[in-house]
Amino acid sequence: MAGGGSFVPEHRELTVFVDTDFIELDGVEKVFDVRRKVGRLRRARRQVRAVDGISFRVPRGEMVGYIGPNGAGKSTTIKMLTGILTPSGGRLRVAGIDPARERTRLARRIGVVFGQRTTLWWDLPLRDSYRLVHRMYRIPDARFRENLERCVDLLDLGELLEVPVRQLSLGQRMRGDIAAALLHDPEVLYLDEPTIGLDVISKAKVRDFLRDLNAERGTTVLLTTHDLTDIEQLCKRVMVIDHGRLMYDGPLGGLHEVGESERTLVVDLDRELPPIAADGARVVRVEGPRQWLAFPAARSAAPLVARIAAQYPLVDLSVREPDIETVIAKMYAEKRGRA
Amino acid sequence: MGEGLRAYGLIAAMWVRSTMTYRFSFAMTLLSNFSATAFDFVVILLMFGQVEGLGGFSFAEVAFLYGTAGTAFGLADLALGQVGRLGKRVRDGTLDTLLVRPVPVLAQVAADRFALRRLGRVTQGLVVLVWSLFLIDVAWTPARVVLVPVMVLGGGLIFSAVMVAGAAFQFFAQDAAEVTNSFTYGGNTLLQYPPSIFAADMVRGVVYVVPLAFVNWVPALYVLGRDTPAGLPGWAAFASPAVAVVCCAAAGLAWRVGVRSYRSTGS
Repeated sequence: MAGGGSFVPEHRELTVFVDTDFIELDGVEKVFDVRRKVGRLRRARRQVRAVDGISFRVPRGEMVGYIGPNGAGKSTTIKMLTGILTPSGGRLRVAGIDPARERTRLARRIGVVFGQRTTLWWDLPLRDSYRLVHRMYRIPDARFRENLERCVDLLDLGELLEVPVRQLSLGQRMRGDIAAALLHDPEVLYLDEPTIGLDVISKAKVRDFLRDLNAERGTTVLLTTHDLTDIEQLCKRVMVIDHGRLMYDGPLGGLHEVGESERTLVVDLDRELPPIAADGARVVRVEGPRQWLAFPAARSAAPLVARIAAQYPLVDLSVREPDIETVIAKMYAEKRGRA
Repeated sequence: MGEGLRAYGLIAAMWVRSTMTYRFSFAMTLLSNFSATAFDFVVILLMFGQVEGLGGFSFAEVAFLYGTAGTAFGLADLALGQVGRLGKRVRDGTLDTLLVRPVPVLAQVAADRFALRRLGRVTQGLVVLVWSLFLIDVAWTPARVVLVPVMVLGGGLIFSAVMVAGAAFQFFAQDAAEVTNSFTYGGNTLLQYPPSIFAADMVRGVVYVVPLAFVNWVPALYVLGRDTPAGLPGWAAFASPAVAVVCCAAAGLAWRVGVRSYRSTGS
């Protein structure tokens, strides 16, 4: 690294240099040998390319959504980024460190939350789990107290510190896990499905916290999720992966354009009427006084709503976002159609 | 190494606190652990109610073998008895959460579910060992006196090495815990009896292949003033620490190979 520990007067330049390539992947691959039983003793070997040549850069301080269907290669990518798995090919760096070679050194600088696997101690009060992190990561006392206070405050953990983890709800435990991953001031936080199974209030708390963390501390965040709302509320940038390849990398709005996805306007009129005629929208369903209109997701709903309100006896309406699976499914259909 | 031991201590302490939240259950399992292992010894007592000697060994001598093997195994079992759960961790994916921490994985796996109730086994072995020291008819020399603690500690290390090597094997075969158990628990039972009652090939196996004989047989027979087994030279009685070091190095190597393989296959 340029000027690793030495005195660098041009601090600004150095940060800029490190900044843009905080996470770097160049043609990263992961190939698994899968052995499957065929017949009584014979086993067939098959190679599975879980990650098939992925390249991207994440600058320091960015918050990125990493999405894709199950088995697309999301988890495998995260495992390579954290040093759990060694890539089969390509080049990978996080904060200038090769995770596969220096996993333990990297571990001090990253935080990882596996949505479905808690790292908290089941039978002990939440506070004890944090005490272990304190000592295992050798966090200076003052720093630890400050970070813990901050997390407790923002994640609303005050009442829970003395409660054994087994008595916490799923949402409380997730908040507890996120705090545990942040006490050592990681520069990057990986979150694997951080809102899965949480109720609406817990989801909102987690999202608010992550937004603050990213804005105030400049922590780089990479999150995988099934929930498009997570991405919408948190990430300016989204990466879509399937079959181990990067299908899309850009702003969320662009994803809707690429996928030509549609939002749905649900309109309740005060009586049954023939299908509404409006430019740029088409009626997809009519059920008594209720009608469903599809319109391009990239376009604003406001003009459409105004027009309908002016011409029809409108009682109520709501807008439904397309879900991620539909958007991606459409994207593939497009790709294949063109190929 | 130092970092690993420190992490081991931290995690083990957490497990002790965890088990102490259920004090009554802890007391019960400690007691049952003690009595379950004591039952092994009751078998030997009953046997000697019927016979005078076993393979030419008196009751006191068999008790000595039992005590040394039991204590050595108990120490290894206490220190890293749960290392054999590795296969389960590989299967359910929880090993990954250990790999993202800044401390050695072996230390974390070894301290996993550290349980003080296993003191029951060590205690039981020690009780029999001390008792046997009063019973055996030995001309105590300084060498023989030193050899007793040395053999127990070296034996503990040899058993530990076998446990770690067995766990490393589970990176490749996740359901191989029973194979390791046959060497550890099986080995412990084997070493509680005199080598003279087993087939010569079997004795050679535990001398030269999996050197469990160095846990107690080889040094214990010297202490008891008998010939070393399997035609080993007399100085072999003092080789236990060296054998333990070699075993630990081999186990450490096997562990590294296992972790590397896991990180390239992820299963």
